[in-house]
Amino acid sequence: MRGAPLRIHLAFKLATALLAVAGSVVILMALTRLIPGDPATVILGSRATPEAVAALNARIGLDRPVGEHVLVFFAHLLSGDLGEDVFNGRPVAGLVAAALPNTVALAFSAMLSAILFGVPLALLSARNPGGKTDRVVAFLSVGFISTPSFVVAVFLLMTFSVTLRWFPVLGAGEAGAVGDQLWHLVLPTAALAVGWIGYIARLLRSSLLEVLGENHIRTLRAYGVSEAKILMKYALKPAILPTIAILAMGFGELLGGAVFVEVIFNRPGLGSLIYDAIRTRNYPVVQGGVFITVLLYVLTNLSADLTQTLLDPRERSRLAAARGT
Amino acid sequence: MSEALVAIEKLNVSYPGATVSAHVLDSVDITIGHGEAVGLVGESGSGKSTVAFALLGLLADDADVSAGRAAFDGRENVFATKEAEALRGTEIAMVFQDPMSALNPLFTIGTQLIDIQRRRFPNERRSQLWARAERVLAEVGMPDAPRRMRAYPHEFSGGMRQRVVIAMALLVEPKLLIADEPTTALDATVEAQVVEALRRLRRRTRSSMLVVSHSMGLIAELCDSVVVMYAGTVVESGPVKAVLRKPLHPYTRALLACEIDPYADFDPEQELATIPGIVPDPARRPSGCIFAARCTESHARCSEPPPHRQVEAGHRFSCWQDASR
Repeated sequence: MRGAPLRIHLAFKLATALLAVAGSVVILMALTRLIPGDPATVILGSRATPEAVAALNARIGLDRPVGEHVLVFFAHLLSGDLGEDVFNGRPVAGLVAAALPNTVALAFSAMLSAILFGVPLALLSARNPGGKTDRVVAFLSVGFISTPSFVVAVFLLMTFSVTLRWFPVLGAGEAGAVGDQLWHLVLPTAALAVGWIGYIARLLRSSLLEVLGENHIRTLRAYGVSEAKILMKYALKPAILPTIAILAMGFGELLGGAVFVEVIFNRPGLGSLIYDAIRTRNYPVVQGGVFITVLLYVLTNLSADLTQTLLDPRERSRLAAARGT
Repeated sequence: MSEALVAIEKLNVSYPGATVSAHVLDSVDITIGHGEAVGLVGESGSGKSTVAFALLGLLADDADVSAGRAAFDGRENVFATKEAEALRGTEIAMVFQDPMSALNPLFTIGTQLIDIQRRRFPNERRSQLWARAERVLAEVGMPDAPRRMRAYPHEFSGGMRQRVVIAMALLVEPKLLIADEPTTALDATVEAQVVEALRRLRRRTRSSMLVVSHSMGLIAELCDSVVVMYAGTVVESGPVKAVLRKPLHPYTRALLACEIDPYADFDPEQELATIPGIVPDPARRPSGCIFAARCTESHARCSEPPPHRQVEAGHRFSCWQDASR
């Protein structure tokens, strides 16, 4: 009985999430049509026979109106079918499934390092705002945030792989060899994480300072509770709540941002799959890839939302109280 | 009688500004005997809370604090930061105003009641601290204390939260208990309960008390003597009975006239008494009597600093008027 309001809460969130996914598919289909140039011509070349063009258009659904196209996509989706690769007829679902683990591993390790470095930096700055450490961290963070990840990627690649030869240049490592795969993950992770380290450091610092100014912190200070305990326990927990929401959005963005890094480091992954598919006008692959990206984005947001709710006792009892009404 | 617990003479606090510095406290004397309860009364902006925060060493970092003498329980110079830090949460404890924001919303009452005892009882185990917190919570009139220890602040009413805040102060068994507007945020019925809790506590602990309030009524109920402050200066001080029976400073009289007497005959035509004008800007203090601009009885001499006079044992005031009037 106690779980009932939470279930309702969850169902509502889930419904909105599904709506967002469906909406994005509709937009995606419409945008596909707006890209100039006939895909069939791009794929088959300018000397293709009209019959061949018509056959291709029929195969990728471009001969039907947008609305119908969308409906067909969703109908196939129900049976787990994302369509077929235009060139070799392989199922898109399989291609995405093969690429996804690489991208998720990259985004996950980038997020993890962003937290691992960003949170301590924020705590260091908030300890003495305006002090030397704070100013240095602020300088670095703004630098990190404003350098695009592809620039960092190229820089890291040139320095550590090409010149110093500390890290491998390309690829994701040998299948099955975890050590080798991790080794290949270092530089791409660094390239993706750098901006987020700066972002988390700035964001968490300001919400820490806001919390540190609140009355309940003054109460603890009046009783001589140590500054370390105040910062790490009583200020960090309320301050990290808004950061969690941003992190989840960040995870979704990392999935998208992985495109540059995957292309530069020539890593197989969702980003490079979609990139290659766009170049060759391989529409079913683009649609399938983007659909999965959107799905992941929405799901991470949903889980962040729930985490945030469950961490806050006020939200918890609000949900528990909703059972009565 | 032996030396007083608190002996502060000529306490000055100012905040440096860009051009002029704001003088918030001007030569304030406060003496609190062992086991004595002193009330500090005045309008908003009179500096009464500043006195309390100065005693705890909790003023903003840029505050400029100086005192002719600052002794606490035989120790001199307690406004040096290190000294104030050592007293905080061990020998001086504070009951804050606004119990709604004085407790951290994300931690249980029990957790907070334990952490504030750590400084005072560094060698006790968590279970001992927990048991003590449970006992004191019950003593201040919290029903079902063992269960309530595991509740979060939002699950308590205002009056119950104020009891938690009072329990905090009791837990560290301080020599001086500062109560900053302990009942301002509460409604009348709850106020009576909290006053009763504070009274019981005084009888039992025999600790000294400093009650900061704008309400003469509250101070009359709780205190032995009263210090009337106006715009950062002490205008009158003495035993509560003497000051209430025979207020000597025009400001004290005006303040008393502003209190609403619930037993007076109801007269809808009668306007409530107010003191015309506003508290002077602390950055531009007049050279003479600080109250002259708002005083109905001011005359030519009030442009000079008023003399400090004593009428009977401990009853002092600063005014050009004759005490015998």
